[in-house]
Order: sequence, then structure tokens, then C-alpha cells
Amino acid sequence: MQIFQSDLLCIGAGLAGERVAVAAAEAGFSTICLTLVPPRRSHSSAAQGGMQAALGNSIMGEGDCPDIHFTDTVKGSDWGCDQEVARLFAENAPIAMREMAFYGCPWSRVVPGEHTYYKGGKPFKAVEKEENWGLIHSRAFGGTAKWRTCYTADGTGHAVLFTLDNRLVQLGVDMHDRVQAEALIHDGDRCMGCIARDLRTGELRAYFARATLIATGGYGRIYKATTNAIICDGGGQICALETGMVPLGNMEAIQFHPTGTVPTDILVTEGCRGDGGTLLDVNLYRFMPDYEPEKAELASRDVVSRRMTEHMRKGLGVKSPYGDHLWLDIRHLGEKHITTNLREVYDICNNFLGVNPIHQLIPVRPTQHYSMGGVRTNKDGAAYGLKGLYAAGEAACWDMHGFNRLGGNSLAETVVAGRIVGAKVVEYLQGDDNTVFSTAAMRDAAARVQERIDILVSGRNGRENCYAVRDAMQEVMMEHVGIFRNGKDLQAGVDKLQALLERSQHIGLQGRNMGFSPELSMALRVPGMIKLALCSAYGALMRTESRGAHAREDYPERNDRDWLNRTLATWSEGATLPTLSYEDASPYFELPPGDRGYGGGKIIPGDIPADKIRPFGKAEQQEAK
Amino acid sequence: MRKLNIDVFRYNPLDPESKPHMQTFVLDETPSMTLFIALTQIRETIDPTLMFDFCCRAGICGSCGMVINGRPGLACSTQTKDLPDHIVLQPLPFFKLLGDLSVDTGTWFRQAWERIESWIHTDKTFDPNEEEERMDNELANEIFELDRCIECGCCVAACGTALMRKDFLGATSINRLARFYIDPRDHRTEEDFYEIIGDDNGVFGCMGLLACEDVCPKKIPLQDQLGIMRRMTALQSVRGIVPKFLLDRLSPRRCGCSCSEQHND
Repeated sequence: MQIFQSDLLCIGAGLAGERVAVAAAEAGFSTICLTLVPPRRSHSSAAQGGMQAALGNSIMGEGDCPDIHFTDTVKGSDWGCDQEVARLFAENAPIAMREMAFYGCPWSRVVPGEHTYYKGGKPFKAVEKEENWGLIHSRAFGGTAKWRTCYTADGTGHAVLFTLDNRLVQLGVDMHDRVQAEALIHDGDRCMGCIARDLRTGELRAYFARATLIATGGYGRIYKATTNAIICDGGGQICALETGMVPLGNMEAIQFHPTGTVPTDILVTEGCRGDGGTLLDVNLYRFMPDYEPEKAELASRDVVSRRMTEHMRKGLGVKSPYGDHLWLDIRHLGEKHITTNLREVYDICNNFLGVNPIHQLIPVRPTQHYSMGGVRTNKDGAAYGLKGLYAAGEAACWDMHGFNRLGGNSLAETVVAGRIVGAKVVEYLQGDDNTVFSTAAMRDAAARVQERIDILVSGRNGRENCYAVRDAMQEVMMEHVGIFRNGKDLQAGVDKLQALLERSQHIGLQGRNMGFSPELSMALRVPGMIKLALCSAYGALMRTESRGAHAREDYPERNDRDWLNRTLATWSEGATLPTLSYEDASPYFELPPGDRGYGGGKIIPGDIPADKIRPFGKAEQQEAK
Repeated sequence: MRKLNIDVFRYNPLDPESKPHMQTFVLDETPSMTLFIALTQIRETIDPTLMFDFCCRAGICGSCGMVINGRPGLACSTQTKDLPDHIVLQPLPFFKLLGDLSVDTGTWFRQAWERIESWIHTDKTFDPNEEEERMDNELANEIFELDRCIECGCCVAACGTALMRKDFLGATSINRLARFYIDPRDHRTEEDFYEIIGDDNGVFGCMGLLACEDVCPKKIPLQDQLGIMRRMTALQSVRGIVPKFLLDRLSPRRCGCSCSEQHND
């Protein structure tokens, strides 16, 4: 077995992983990145919208500051976030954006003069200031008091990812692409790297590292309908969970987007509805005003998604070979509007659906979009439970998003958290001179992975088809752990997933390849994905309240008295359910729990002890005084 | 709905028994079917050993370049309804074959970026307390227009020169360098750029067949960028012979910071 050694091992090379790698490499530490695909193909590249940072250069962002960004983020999280982390994020976001500009990101810039912008589907005029010429511009996103989202035309993720990857090439960071991490190497106290599979040859490799970072993105692929790339299978979270000692945080916090297209689940923007698009059912009837007389299609993401699901459950969805869906109608907006203001939507419909939205209806359904949960870390990005293990980006539960993240905050998190966690990893590496790696721990981890491979190849435990088991899991998640949740359905979902976990022990390969086998990649992942699904389902079952994206029909109130906390899930060897425990949502509150100002819903107030309340605004600095 | 006959190139270089051949799969076409859906169906229901690459399945990441009925393109954004019922799929040529339709673009692109030093060259250091360097929005858009390349490899696979000259940098690299050439944050001189691409493995190797632009799924103006970079390097090659003021006047480089000065001195 080939053995590699480095100071830092980054599992995942999207924006978060690369930003941490840059920090370590700049400090002179040897760094290896493992990635399933060449780094520039990471799912970070698909984010089109932008990154929130309170630069306040645009006229609609005037007067913006980290305090306001912090407030929006906390409200967005439905008070589920760690406020110390949200504060760190808001304060550092503008620096991270400027840093990307320095490295070459072609941010869209302020153009002085009068411009036409759209809000709520209506055009209005605004004048950009002369003195702000050429500074980083920002656009509007949902749930924010200011226009705060920095962007590069319609390809922000792509532009920032390429900028950052250029920096990695410059620094000579080792990039091992087509490598899949299968298990962490640890001795119960310290993480020492991982065992990985070379996806070119199928061979196992060992990576020893003084610090290991998990930055593998979300776990959207536990759902059938997800906007996530096919590589977003939760590989990093699975590796952490399998240690038995590293907890995952808030795995039940999952965001859905109302308008994923069918069949490929590619997102079409909220702007369609913002500009006046409507949702129709199988009878071409506009149903949203019946449920939401006031806001109709323009209610919040969660509400619209829930109503769509409710309507399809009544049998009023459109049947298709890919499952039920509804229609999005933008025909009445006219050719000119669709080919200019909604050009991206026009292209997606034509290129991927073969639908011309000027004359035809767009097939849509609520689609899994973002994983708020992940590897639980402290504010430095250090995972709980194992020394030397870190996580950042969507893979982590750092936790600035709580139970709902705002658009533009996740993409920003990658480089902001990457910057902060990167500095902390460097501190750790500077303070830790432990270069002794346990070959026993490595052999143990490798033997376990090899044993699993042997079982799958030989069919010793059975010949269950991994794709069939995965499909069944995805169906359960859509049906039972979707947008609307209730105790009865969740319990049924947990039961089904437990049965699937048992079934997954009998997976055997259907085909046989010398070298690399794509089927083996999936077969190795499926049991872990079912465990992640169980963490989500069981966490959702036990959380008897509604908060952010977690909406319980049987417990519609946000319950700050009993549930102002974060779920932590660990997995003991041989168990069929995760072990859940809870910790306070936030070490202190600059912004005590209150009304979000949107979404409605009742709140059961909690008692916040006086010593947990901090004065608003730069709490850390005040503490220093 | 039609029955589709999909002929797929099969070869596993790691299997000594494996011989390159075509294999036919028959599928029922479904509405809005793309080659992503078709190939995934084949792997998951007919032959689990089939190797191919997809990632974003939305035309953004560039993973799924392959030769579709004789033409390089992205499989994820190719709809079966736009093809005849007989579809032939082959891996991109030029890149190292990993198996069936899967080729190693990652290794090739990484070495290309190392060769052209695909990063901003500057002596400045980042100051977190300082306002960002200002830039005209039009220039930012022009840079992004060239930065949109998703590195699918279709342009190189379709390139006559690349097939004959294995070290040829290809349109994607020349376009990438053109992006730095117009970026005022990059302090490289025209002489520096000449050193990188002023030979037969760079702009002078191009035979002007321009298949690169024909097949580019992102419709990047590769032909224009080749022209601009070739003109710049051609002028550089006669420096010392032609007077400098004349070279400066003919230089295609644009200054982006509205100072109305040439940026390359």
C-alpha cells in the first residue's frame, strides 16, 4: 500500500478545503488535497448567486455593516446558530471578499449612475454613487435587510473557485484527484489521516497527516430529488461518524428549494416567481392563492415548498416517469423579459429539459438544496472528539446557519470559514510537533476497508444491488423526512431506514471490474449514507418543535423553552440508531431569541439566564475591555 | 417514444483481457432524457462496470466531455431528442484513457496551469485593512468572459495540432493566459507572456482550423483570443528590430484601470 505523508491533509478540494490548504501552504506546511474530481469540478463551481459580505458599496447596500449582517444571519437561522460564530463570520466576510479580489477574482463592480433594478417583480430606478466607482458591487438576496451579495455575473462559485485553485497551483499544493476517502486513521485520541481509494486503479492508499480537514460539502444525495452534484454523498461526514466519537450536528436541518426542475433537479431561480411566475397543478389550476391568499407564490422558500408538497399529496401533481411534479408558468412574462432578465432560466430549460419557457410550462418540484448539519466543530473549526481533525464549509456544522441558512451565506462561509479555520490549523501545526504516526492504527483502518471490499466483491454476505438499496433510502427520505414532518411518518421512516441499514449489510457487486469499479464506490458509500439518513430522520423525530427548515406538523411552535439547542449524533459500532445528545445553541446571545419578522408561526419563549446575554455589537471586543 | 441504440466504446486498460470494442445498449427514450440520464440508467440497470464521469450534471463543471456522434461535447447537456435513435459515444481523444468513456483531464490541466503559471503575478501583498483595488466593471466582465472556461477538454480533443503535438498547450491555455493578459492585477510583461506561449507548443503551433471554437460548450471566443495573443507574441518576436514606440502602438493589450496609459512598461 502506498503511504503519503503531509502536515495537512484536506479531504475535499472545493472552496472551503482549498482556502484552508492555501493558509497552510502559505505558512510553509506541506499540504495534500484529496478530491473525487479535479478540484475545479467541485460543486462549489455550481453556485451561481454570490457571497454575502457587508461591504456596503452598492446604493441598495448603503449603511450596511457586520452588525446588520449578523442580525440577518441569526434571524435566518431561527436562533439555531452559534452567535459567536455568526459574529466571527460577519466581521470577517468583507476581508475574505477583498482577498479574493486581490488573488484575481473578477467581482462585478459598481457602475455609477442610474440603473433599473427589480424588486418583487417590479422595476425601479436607483443611482449608484460616483465615489464608489469600481468597488465590489452587491445584489439582493432573500432574508436580508441590505443588498449584500457580492457576485461575478452569473458564475460566482466558478470564478472564486478558479481564483483560489490558481493560488493553489502557485503555492504548489499537492492535488490528488480521483481519490475517495474511506476511513479516518485514528487511535481514539488523535486523527492521523485517512485510508483512501485511488479511483484510477482501485487500490487503497494511506495518508498520514498531523492535521486532517474534512471539507467534502453536503449530503444532499441521501434524497432522490436534490440540486446537489452527484458527488455530494456525505463522504466526509460518514468518515467522521464511523469513528464512533466525532459527533455530527443538527443533521435534521435540511433546506429545500421550491423550484428544482424535473428530471435533472437543476435549480431555476427564485427570480421566476419574484418577477410574476405562477405555479400550476395537473389541471393547470393556480393553487398557491388558495393556501396563501396574501403572498401566494411569493411566500418564503420553506412555505412554498410545503404547500407544493401538500398539493401533490392530494393527487393533484403531474405524473411523469420521474415522479410527480407541478408546473411553473412564466409564459405571460413575455419573450423579451425571459430572454434578458431570466436568461439563465431560459438556457437551463432549453438545454436540459427541451422546454421553451416562452411557450411551454416548466416541470418543477421542491428539491433538497442544502445541508445545514455536518461535522460539529468549535469556532476554530476543530471537530469534537478527535484531536487534529477539522472541518469547514457545508461539510461542517460550524454553526452559523442554525436551522436555516440565507442565500449567499453558504458560499461566503466557504472562504470566510476557510480563512479562519486555516489560521487555526496553522496555529495547531505550529504548536504540535507530533510527527509520530501509528502504523498499527493505519493497518487497522486499512484492514477494515479491505474487509468491506472483499465482502462486496465476493458476495459473501449476499448480492443485494447497491443502487436498489440507495434508491429505496432516497425514496424514504423524500417521503418521510421531507418538507413537512410529523411523528408518525418520521417513526415509519426511521423504521424503514433501519431495515435498509440491515439490507445494506448484504450488498454484493453485480459486475466485476479489474482496477477501478464505479459500482464499488457506490456500494462502499451506501451503508454510511443510510446512517446519515438515520441521523437526519431520528434527529427530526426527536426534535418536537418547528424551527427554520425543520417543520413539524404536530409541533408547529418554535420552542425556545425546550429546544434552543443543537442535536449531536454519534454512532456506536454495531448500533442501528445514532446516539443523540444536545448542547446549547449558542454560548451567549447578543441577539436574544425573538420574532424573525417573516414566516409567521408561534413561539414558546424560553428563559435565557442573564449571564448568557451580551450587549449587542462586537461582543468579543467588549469582553476584552 | 423511440427505442435508442447507444453504441458505447468499451476498454479497460487495467484488464489484460480487455480489448477495445463497441457495445450496444438498447434503452426506451423518456421525456427530457439527457445522455446523463441514459448513461446512468445503463450503469444502474444493465451494466454496472461501465465507466464515465459526471458531476454537476448541469453543464457547469466540465466533467462529462465525450465524443457524441463524432463531435466532442458535454453529455449532460445533450438531449437524446436532438440525436438520431442510433447514438455513438466515444471518449475524448488526446487525454489519457482511464476506461470506457472516462479520461484523465485533471492531470493534463494541472500541468498546463503550471506551465503557463496560471495565477496573478504581483509583488504586492494582501492588506486586510485596505479597500480593494478598483476596477472598471466592463473590464471585470471581460475577464470573467474568458474565465468562464470549464476545462471540459473538448477544444483540445477537437484540435488538429494537439493530436500531432503532444505538448501543445491548446486553446484553453491560450485563452487562460489571455485572461491574465488583460488583468491589470497581473504584472507580467508581454515579454513574459512571449516566453510562455511564443513557440510551436503555444500560439505558433495553431494551424487555424478553429474546431476549438466550434465545439466549445461555453461559446468562449477562442478564435479572437488566439488572434490577440498571436499578434502580441509576433510583435514581441521582432522587439529590438522594430522600434519600441511602434510596438507599443500596435500592442493589443488594454489598460483596465482607466488611467489611459499602457500597462506593460
